[in-house]
Amino acid sequence: MLTISRGLYEKIIAHARADHPDEACGVIAGPAGSDRPERFIPMQNAERSPTFYRFDSLEQLRVWREMDDLDEEAVVIYHSHTATEAYPSRTDISYASEPQAHYVLVSTRDESETEFRSYRIADGAVTEEPVQVSE
Amino acid sequence: MAIEVRIPTILRSYTGGAKAVQGSGGTLGELLINLDAAHGGLRERLVDGENLRRFVNVYLNDEDVRFLGGLETPVSDGDTVTVLPAVAGGSAST
Repeated sequence: MLTISRGLYEKIIAHARADHPDEACGVIAGPAGSDRPERFIPMQNAERSPTFYRFDSLEQLRVWREMDDLDEEAVVIYHSHTATEAYPSRTDISYASEPQAHYVLVSTRDESETEFRSYRIADGAVTEEPVQVSE
Repeated sequence: MAIEVRIPTILRSYTGGAKAVQGSGGTLGELLINLDAAHGGLRERLVDGENLRRFVNVYLNDEDVRFLGGLETPVSDGDTVTVLPAVAGGSAST
């Protein structure tokens, strides 16, 4: 299960809405081993594409080093799908490389309602998990 | 003297769990061949034929080696090489 604060939940959705129709992406860091998402880090989508995302490589190096220095890890890795459902695509599954992370997908295909779902992706297997938003 | 290579969590099965290993070579390509002797299989995860794999980022100090010279990038003692899997995906299926 992913437990996430209301504030962070809203920030992910706001980022996805702001970048629509391109895919938005980012990380929520938390203390290593805690499984607690705490620090919101929106990332640039280097692809600026409605169907693909990739973290900018130099921004990723900077953010990953910063997390390392603070003894944090990527607790959540999120991105948006802008015309399809919030379910990992084959592309998402083949590139997933952080087995400890919650992979959050939001779909902005519907203007009024945002789908927000979370998955574990490890060794090519996808497992959806419940999302609990804490107030 | 050696070059430090920082290994991401997902590849530490090749390094006995170590976060960083040491190697030597005059270019990144030579360094990866050198590392493979002690950490068999690691190079294969980073290199496909003559090129770096597309969804692996390799940095020399603070630079992405794609913008330097790829596997031909010169490296020297005291440098740090960092490997990070690219974070990528999207709704397009490939």
